[in-house]
Amino acid sequence: MSTNLLVLFVLALIAVGAALGMLFSRNVVYAVLFLVLVMLTLAVLYLILGAPFLALAQVTVYAGAIMVLFLFAVMILGPQKLPAAGGPIGWQRPVALGLTLLFLVEVVAAFAAKVGALGTLNGAQAGFGSPAAIGRLLFNRYLLPFEATSVLLLVAAVGAVVLTKE
Amino acid sequence: MTASMFGIWAVKALILIFILLTGFAYATYYERRAIARIQARIGPNRAGPWGLLQPAADGIKLIFKEEFIPAKADKVLFTLAPIITVIPAFLIAAVIPWGGEVPFFGRTAHLYLTDINVATLYIVAVGSLAVYGIVLAGWSSNNKYSLLGGLRSAAQMVSYELALGLALVGPILIAGSMSLVKIVEAQKSVWFIVYQPLAFIVFLIAAFAEVNRTPFDLPEAEQELTGGYHTEYSGMRFALFFMAEYIKVVAMSAIIAALFLGGYYGPGVDAFPWLGPVYMFIKILVLVFFAIWTRATLPRLRYDRLMAFGWKVLFPLALLNVFLTAVGIVLLGG
Repeated sequence: MSTNLLVLFVLALIAVGAALGMLFSRNVVYAVLFLVLVMLTLAVLYLILGAPFLALAQVTVYAGAIMVLFLFAVMILGPQKLPAAGGPIGWQRPVALGLTLLFLVEVVAAFAAKVGALGTLNGAQAGFGSPAAIGRLLFNRYLLPFEATSVLLLVAAVGAVVLTKE
Repeated sequence: MTASMFGIWAVKALILIFILLTGFAYATYYERRAIARIQARIGPNRAGPWGLLQPAADGIKLIFKEEFIPAKADKVLFTLAPIITVIPAFLIAAVIPWGGEVPFFGRTAHLYLTDINVATLYIVAVGSLAVYGIVLAGWSSNNKYSLLGGLRSAAQMVSYELALGLALVGPILIAGSMSLVKIVEAQKSVWFIVYQPLAFIVFLIAAFAEVNRTPFDLPEAEQELTGGYHTEYSGMRFALFFMAEYIKVVAMSAIIAALFLGGYYGPGVDAFPWLGPVYMFIKILVLVFFAIWTRATLPRLRYDRLMAFGWKVLFPLALLNVFLTAVGIVLLGG
């Protein structure tokens, strides 16, 4: 077993552990922090898979911006502890369990069908995931979706500024 | 990765941490002396010659102080928050090039910890994590002033990060690389401040806001928030917040020097590579002085003005700069 594989499993354990922590935490602030830990672990996983650009974009966008806003909102609304069980959304629990089982079956089926086709961990070639490679991909193959997304985000940013002007 | 490579990394990292800690200690001394001069005072001059041992005295005092935890504080996060604040400050310095290739006991050595091809993005990513420590410190203290300080810092840092990231795009476009080492090397003849004056100003202001320096020190405004997010902290935990702030001031100065002021380049560096770190040191000294000077001169902004300035002035300016730079590069062919 290579070092990378070992690190991969340790990170996977941390990610799953943090995800479970987020789900079962009764304190909203802790739940947000567990989610941040999941995001950071995913970023390190991208790093191991040879995609540094993606890893750092993940940290900047998810851990750095979106989750800070989550934390901000939680603090403004008042971070109270969640009720222990039941509550107004109690009916969601059996539904969620059923959907989870369905999803697990799907994952196992997909894994069984594709297990031979899975690549090796060190399969990335040189230059894969570098900023230049990603840039080329974005501006050639995915030009239209990329431009549409960037215009959408720019409109949202300008709109936010305009909204504050009453 | 071989064992020797790992060893070199470890040694470089230790040296870097030592430099940053010394930089932290003497940045406080530098600030106190410089501000005292500006305000026609003398400043700390009792401990050692010219007061040079003052940082050591302060450190010893803080170590022996009681570390108090408020009864209703969230103890886990209260303890973790200073650590979460100080780690990104150290991490951000990993990509700063302090010099070029230098001869070192018959070999050539690189005076940087690592040269990654996404260094500028790394700076934004690590910088964006710094806010957690401050927000959590504010929340876990269970004190309304601390919470207000934490909330202010979250809103402020998220707002100014946008301008900070966009201002980075100018130098990246001109150098054609996101690696800080390549960006510095592209400034061998002309510093980027000449091509990118707008980006320089935007980055400088946004960097001040990122490290919560006056006139952007709303999160810790003493007069209205009695210290803000670190109101309830004492002893070494309190010192960690200041360590993070001053290390970030030093690191941000180094990053500004590398992005816009030619990094380690200066007259005679080609002949004597060891001059590189010296030039870098001088540039950092000047930029840190600028930060101190600003603090001694400018009053604090009102909070709504601060947010309006970030979104309605800095952000459009940074966007304009990206546009102008891109058009310029297309028209002039790089």
